[in-house]
Amino acid sequence: MNILVCMKQVLDPEVPARDFRIDAARKEAERGSASLVTNIFCENALETALQFRPEGSRITVLSYGAASAEETLRKALAMKADAAALVVREDDAPPSDPLHAARVLAASVRSLGGFDLILTGREAGDWGAGQTGALLAEELGLPCIAFADSLSLDGGKLRIRRQTESGWELFEAETPVVVTITNDEHNVPRIPKVRDVILAHRQPLTQFTAVELGVPEMNDYYEVAELFIPKKESRCELVAGDTLEQKVDQLARKLVEVTASL
Amino acid sequence: MSIVTIHFGFDRAAEGLLGAARRLGDELHAVVIGDGAHDVARYADRVTALAMDYHPEACLGALVPLCAGARAILLANDTYSQELAPRLAYRLGGSAVGDGVAIDEQLRVTRQVYGGKAQAVIALKRTPGVAWLRARSFAPAPMRDTSAEITTVTPPNIEAKTRIIERRKETQTEAKLEDARVIVSGGRGIGGPEGFANELQPLAQLLGAQMAASRAACDAGWVPPTWQVGQTGKKVAPDLYLAIAITGASQHMAGISEAKNIAAINIDPDAPIFRHARFGIVEDYRKVVPLLREKLANMK
Repeated sequence: MNILVCMKQVLDPEVPARDFRIDAARKEAERGSASLVTNIFCENALETALQFRPEGSRITVLSYGAASAEETLRKALAMKADAAALVVREDDAPPSDPLHAARVLAASVRSLGGFDLILTGREAGDWGAGQTGALLAEELGLPCIAFADSLSLDGGKLRIRRQTESGWELFEAETPVVVTITNDEHNVPRIPKVRDVILAHRQPLTQFTAVELGVPEMNDYYEVAELFIPKKESRCELVAGDTLEQKVDQLARKLVEVTASL
Repeated sequence: MSIVTIHFGFDRAAEGLLGAARRLGDELHAVVIGDGAHDVARYADRVTALAMDYHPEACLGALVPLCAGARAILLANDTYSQELAPRLAYRLGGSAVGDGVAIDEQLRVTRQVYGGKAQAVIALKRTPGVAWLRARSFAPAPMRDTSAEITTVTPPNIEAKTRIIERRKETQTEAKLEDARVIVSGGRGIGGPEGFANELQPLAQLLGAQMAASRAACDAGWVPPTWQVGQTGKKVAPDLYLAIAITGASQHMAGISEAKNIAAINIDPDAPIFRHARFGIVEDYRKVVPLLREKLANMK
């Protein structure tokens, strides 16, 4: 099976709130001292693919982003993806327009050719639009299943389990199909071996640009009208008391007070 | 031009969604997949009941003609809505935006970005504007004097390349976490499944609360993924959210920004959760919770 995993490099979502700044003019987060990391759901997607990988499969990872997104792909190769392709973006910020990103990815899919299964993360840790996988499926004219956490084969048929708010659903799908991946206890991304990290840097990496793919920059899907850091800090009242017993008693009273007034 | 709302049954989210749609003006056409058309008809001007089981491709096929000519299409933030919204926008030539906490007449949608550290106002450039919203936190629409007329449509079967072969529910109770008024939630600091089972669950029972957890606790496999609250889990809006051994990273806070009261039990006085909580205690939950259960049982 020929599997593609789309991966995005994002500003580290773990950067503490006190170090987080906004570039008001560009309506983007400031890079500051934060590192760039692979979006966690993209790593969950790769991990899901690696665990699924039927005999004779090939896993290609694809990213659209700044030249630095090469790090994301090298790490994916170290995790044991077979091949990598990077669509280099002129602008150093990652694309915030999901339709544009989907068009670039769709053009890359056509150019690289012949995938049976295309995985994306459910959303990215920066803008979190949660649309790229769905729009990619539409661009390619393929069915799409969202929020999946595991893949399997049953009698040669592809089975996809996805989460719902109350449990899960099991799909059987003909290929090709686009699947967006969410996190689960079973798809926590593996840590690559040091040796594989070194080897990954020697592996070839296909590179092209959105212009070479014939996809122009676009700006007619939506627009970021405002971007700001909300001010919302409440003062926490810590329960008072000389002993733990007294403090917990206070806590119990407060909890009852709040729930009784409901 | 009409506003279309799409519902999978009738619940608090449907009420909020109808409220948000009503405030945009225009004729309100509600489409209901599954049960609940009669409840929805008390709020909308026109109701279409789609007689079908949920399937992404089949639903999209059925919704596209019903949404033609709409100015805006609103959905809640459940799995099915999020799965359909961008694709529906694409097929109608519109734009979509998700996880909205506010929407104005110009269809400018306010949403959290960067894991809840910032907020953005997104202006949709194409028509129809498709938005999925944290519908539970929107005020409900006024009820009509008479119910709207319901048209039932049975869509033709389509040849789908995907098929749902099994559905499983894993909820703790019949009530939805998103609708819970009191939630007891545990984080990484709980340390294992035993802490949830032996300490937090009995406490939740005493408080009449539902259980939730942070992503770290779900990813560790201590509790089911359906319990996950946060940026990428459920968005809840309870009257009381008791966060136990939860640090309060912005990604977690993004899921509880609509909670009316947050209370915290955490061993770390510098945990960010205390910047959001109304009251709390700095102490090991293992010491607090058994004592707290005793106190609450005595107060009953």
